Parts: sequence; structure tokens; C-alpha cells
Amino acid sequence: MTKDQRIKKRHRAEARFKLYGLVSIILALTFVGFLVFTIFSKGSDAFSKTTIKVNVSFNAEILSLPSNPSLEDIQDADYYDLALESINKLLLTSNPDDEKLLKKLFSPDFDLEIKNYLVKNPDLINQTQDINLTSSDDIDQLFKGNFPRDIPEDRRQVNDRQLEIFDELVAQDKIQKKFNNYFFTNGDSRDPELAGIGASLLGSFFSVVICLILSFPIAILASIYLEEFAPKNKITDFIEININNLAAVPSIVYGLLGLGILLGFMNFPRSTPLVAGITLALMTLPRIIIPCRASLKAVPPSIREGALAVGASKFQSVFHHVVPLSLPGTLSGTIIGLAQALGETAPLILIGMVAFVVDIPGSPIDPASSLPAQVYLWSESAERGFVEKTSATIMILLTFLIVMNFIAVYLRQKFEKKWN
Amino acid sequence: MKIFKNLLLVLSMIFLANFAQARDQIKIVGSSTVYPYATVVAEKFGKGGKFKTPVIESTGTGGGMKLFCAGVGENHPDITNASRAIKTAEKELCNKNGVKDIIEIVVGNDGIVFAQSVKAPDISFTKEQLWRALAEKVEIDGKLVNNPYTKWSDIDSKLPANKIEILIAPPTSGTRDAWNSLVMEMGCTKKAIELLGGDKGECAKIREDGYAIEAGENDTLIVQKLDSNPNAFGFFGFSYLLGNKDKIKAASIDGVQPSLAGIQDYSYPIARPLFFYVKKAHIGVIPGISDFLKEFTSKKSMGDGGYLSDIGLVPLSSEKYNSTRTAATKLTTISIN
Repeated sequence: MTKDQRIKKRHRAEARFKLYGLVSIILALTFVGFLVFTIFSKGSDAFSKTTIKVNVSFNAEILSLPSNPSLEDIQDADYYDLALESINKLLLTSNPDDEKLLKKLFSPDFDLEIKNYLVKNPDLINQTQDINLTSSDDIDQLFKGNFPRDIPEDRRQVNDRQLEIFDELVAQDKIQKKFNNYFFTNGDSRDPELAGIGASLLGSFFSVVICLILSFPIAILASIYLEEFAPKNKITDFIEININNLAAVPSIVYGLLGLGILLGFMNFPRSTPLVAGITLALMTLPRIIIPCRASLKAVPPSIREGALAVGASKFQSVFHHVVPLSLPGTLSGTIIGLAQALGETAPLILIGMVAFVVDIPGSPIDPASSLPAQVYLWSESAERGFVEKTSATIMILLTFLIVMNFIAVYLRQKFEKKWN
Repeated sequence: MKIFKNLLLVLSMIFLANFAQARDQIKIVGSSTVYPYATVVAEKFGKGGKFKTPVIESTGTGGGMKLFCAGVGENHPDITNASRAIKTAEKELCNKNGVKDIIEIVVGNDGIVFAQSVKAPDISFTKEQLWRALAEKVEIDGKLVNNPYTKWSDIDSKLPANKIEILIAPPTSGTRDAWNSLVMEMGCTKKAIELLGGDKGECAKIREDGYAIEAGENDTLIVQKLDSNPNAFGFFGFSYLLGNKDKIKAASIDGVQPSLAGIQDYSYPIARPLFFYVKKAHIGVIPGISDFLKEFTSKKSMGDGGYLSDIGLVPLSSEKYNSTRTAATKLTTISIN
């Protein structure tokens, strides 16, 4: 091989390597793009719901309200008959079969919606008002175009007569898309049109806050002690190795720990964010200690020596000079650790957080679910409406993770000092 | 340092938060097959306004029994769902841990459908054909051999000459348990049982040469896969068929199409009862349990045309319904010795 050939060969190898790199990056970006695209195209529908406009006359007689009813009377009244009468007015002729079919076009909570409307506007008694009632999941999917209508009747959830009624209502412009407030305010439900992430969002929030409260101070103190005060000997080496190992332990193992110690031995209540927070804190601790120590290590020794030289004690040099300088790295490490904890499902299965929770939790000791657990539960549900709910929950979760990571990067970029 | 002091204060407050307050919410664990029905009842029960909505975890039948039988007290669940009857070993565990009075409620019947894409032509199988397509070892001409079938037509020339592709549920699922006992063990030939050492359970071993594909617990995903591949089959609960009628259809088993009536009287051959079990010691301690039982067993939920039948639960025959309703109202316990 001549010299020229060898040079050419080396250049070709370099060109090939660049090509491989480019291809792998493009491939990775395509996958991410595809994932994000499918999730967003499926999930964006979940933020709107289909409503049917119904003219309701709040007849005090049908509600059997006394004259000058108090708010409590309005709350206690039975709205079912009034609700039925109101929706039946949508039909031109009264026909018991049609009325049955019509009722199925609405969500099972349609009487509750009318009640809530009156509770909010109590002066509407004996007056009429157009109210947009939430439609059933089948109508919702039909209106959004997610369910085909040109297939034989026995393969559809909506039968031919219901389609006729639906088309008539669409022609009258009574069926509309509205912002889906239930998705954010409601807990889980078996009716996709009523299901929301309220309980799981709060569950995740409580868990992450408890995780932060527990893991942040312990991790900071541990890393400051190990990095600045502890003697370097075999024991601290052993501890360091173990911290690195613990950071790599699969998260399900921490779930088992939570199950065995917190639930089994200490009798903490099952399915609560308190237990989830403690379990996640144990998991997150080593993952925060490692970046904290790295950022303490990155502070140059001249800072410590300078402080000591002007008469500061060891404690003062560390807490007045070193720790403030390492704070950006410490905080971004903590936030990334918490972001991981937020997306964690495996340990939560064992401590009972993957559960059907309807009531919105008011404190960390009320049963709750969590966002990733909600994704898992909805992805298993048979009803078509949960497909978009699953994707929308993933979107919310991704948004939180991206925002948290962005804050971490921002803190580091903005406040980190470069030592050159 | 002030911040650390404050954090410690908040921490100690959380830990001192009164754990002592009694649980006022029913806790349910157990089968993922019963989960969709239990959640619907729980939601209605909660909307009734008198009690909090029960919390329901889907742990699988076996996992639920383990939690349920772990003891009496508010840290243990009140109810466990099961897609099969309680086993003797589980009764012993319950007995050992002081869970002595258990109420058994039969919820209804569930059918398992063997389904494919609507794009494929209608088809009918016998249980033996299904066993032959799925088993690890089959019996041919009196000899036990590793499953040689690659196409449906290899099993029976009347079946189409398509590759066998079956998406199966993982071993942890109750559907797989039921499939094993109702199809694999029933479809197994007598000669094969004999050759396998007389143990029916051996018939349920599934081949691992790529024709049976383990598809995970997610039934929605199986539906999507069936939709995109008309040659593939999968099995899941009857409610999935109802929810996805535009994409999938059921194969007939022994010539019978799955239907509500067929599952109720077991003339459709892959049908089974579903249960839940209640700890009697918790009734009166945890508020609402007896009301929950009444709601679950009421005609408007479990009965013909009740809201559970809308989502695929097959109601009990009236005789069985009456005995279940009696158990729920009189709180009669089963013997666990």
C-alpha cells in the first residue's frame, strides 16, 4: 500500500465514522419525533369534550323545592326527573324507546351537572336556561371522528337510531366541543368522559414534595460531611462505593423495602403519597448525593484555603463559601433526581399506589394514585375513550419532566461559576 | 440553618399527623378481571354520597388473596376480588392469620373469547384444536411429541392454511389461568394426559417455538395487534369484545359464538364465574361495607340489564342470584376449615 492509498484509507474511515454518527442521530431523532407525534396526535383530543346543549327549565315543583329554598334545599333535591324531562325535549315526538336511547347519549352524571349549575346560580329557579351537558364517551368518540360510522350496526356502540338523533342534533348545532375541565378536576372514573387526572396529579405532587423534604436535606448534609469533613479512610471509601451502588439498584427493590418496612413493620397506611414519598426519597437519596458531591468537589481548594487564611473556621469556610458556590450544581442534581422520582412506577405498584382512586386526596395520608400509575391503569381499560386520556396524561407527565429538566439546566447555566 | 430547622419541623408534623384516626374508606384488592366491574360499582357507591368511594387495587387474584389473608385490622384490605374460587392453601393462610369469617359473593359470569380481526373470514374451533395449536407437547398416533404444527391446516385440513399466530396473556394473569383450566386442560386428549403422567396441569404448558406469542397484560394492545394482522388470534375477556366490535370478532368454540345467554348457562364453553370475598370482622368497623355489598348485589347492578351487564359482565341465573343476594344481605360465611 502506497502512502497515498494509506492516507485515502484513513480519510475514508473518518468519513464513514461521521456518516455512522449522523445516521444514528437521525435515527434517534426519528424515533423521538415519532413517539411525540403519536402521543400528541392521539392525546390532544382529550383536552376537549363533546357537549349537548339542553334547554332546562328549573321548575321548583318538579324538584319539590319549598318557596324561598335555601342552598341546602337546592343541594338535597333530586334532579333526575327534571334532567330526564329536559333531555327528552330534544326529541320532537315522545317515544319511550327513543327516550332510552337518548339517555345513553349523555354521560351518567347528567343530572349532577344540572344540579351543580343550579347550585352555582340559585336565582335561576323557575327560569329556563341552555346548559351544555357532557355527552357519553361513545358520542364523544364519534364526534371527534375516532370511531367509524360506516360499519354494520352490530359492530358499533351507537345504533342507527342513535346516529339519526345525533345527526339531527349536529344539524341544529346543539353538539359542540368544549374545553374538558373534568380531565383536570376529576379523579379516576370508569366512564372516560368523566375520568380525570385530579387524584393522580395531587398524589404525584404530595409524593414528590415529601420526597424533596426528606431527601434534599439528608443528601446535602451527607455530601457536605463526606466531601468536606470526613477523614479519607477505608470506611468512607466503603460508604462511597455503596452510595454509587445504591444509585444503580433497580427501583422495584426500593418498592419491596417500602412494602416490608413502611407497610409491614411500621404499619403506615397503604396506597398513600406519604409512603410513596418516603420510598421515593430512599431511591432518590444516592442519586442526589452523587451530583452534590461532584459539585462540591468542583469548587477549587483556593476558596477554602482563602477563607481559612483570613481566620474562618472549617465550618465557616464550608457553609459561607463552598456551599453557596456549589449550590447551582446541587439544585440541578436535586431537580433531576426528583424528575426521575416523578416518573417512577415500579416501586409504587408494591405499595399500592396503582389503584382506582375517585376521591381527590386532601392530604398525604389519603389514598391516591400517581401520574405514571394512571397511564398504566388507563392503557389497560377497554373503553375507546381511554386511548386519548392515556396519551394526554403522558403529555402532562412529559411537560412536567421537560420543565423540571429545563429549570435544572437554567440554574446550572445561570449561576454556575467557571474557574479558569 | 433556619431552613433546615423549618424542614425538620414540617417533617415531624407529618409524622405526628394522626395515624390513629380510623380508616373510613373501603379497601379492595385482587383480580384484574373483576377490577372493571368493581370500579364501576365503587364509583356509583361513592356518588351515592353517604360513604367515600372505595379504593381498588388490581393485584391479580393470587396477590389479592395474599394481602386479604394477611390479617384482621384496618391495615389489611376488606375485600378481595377473584377470578376463581378461593384455594385450600389460601383458606389455611387466612385461618392461620385469624381471618376466620369470610363471605363469598359470586359476582357473575365471564366469558373468554378467542378473537381475530374483523377483516378475516369467520372461523370455528374445537377445544382440542386450540390445545393442539398451543400446547408444548401433543399426542400424535399414541406418541407424545414436541408440537409439530405450523399451520392451522396441519391440525385439521378443514382449517385454513395460515400460519398459527396466537397472542397469549402472561402466566400471571387470571385470564391465562382460566384459559388453561377451561381450554388447555379440557382440550387435552385422554391419551396425552396418560402419557404426561396423569397430570392435567401438564397439558397447559404452552409451546415456546414462536407460534404462541406472549403479548403482555395489556389487552388494548392485543386488540391493536389483531387489528393490524388478520392472521393472528388472541384471547381476552368478553368485555373487550363488546368495547372493540369495530375491530375484532370472536371465533366460535365448538360451534358456539360467545353471547350473554351462552355464557350465563355455560353453553358457550369458555365461561367461568367471578367472585369477591369479604372479611366479616371488618363489617361495622370500616363504614359502608354492608351497604357496598347491597349495592354490588342489587338487581340494578348485577341483574339482567343492570349496569354491569352493559360493560360485559354476564348476569347470574336467577337461582344463583338469589343465593348470592342472601349471602350479601344475611352475611353468611363460608367454611374455611
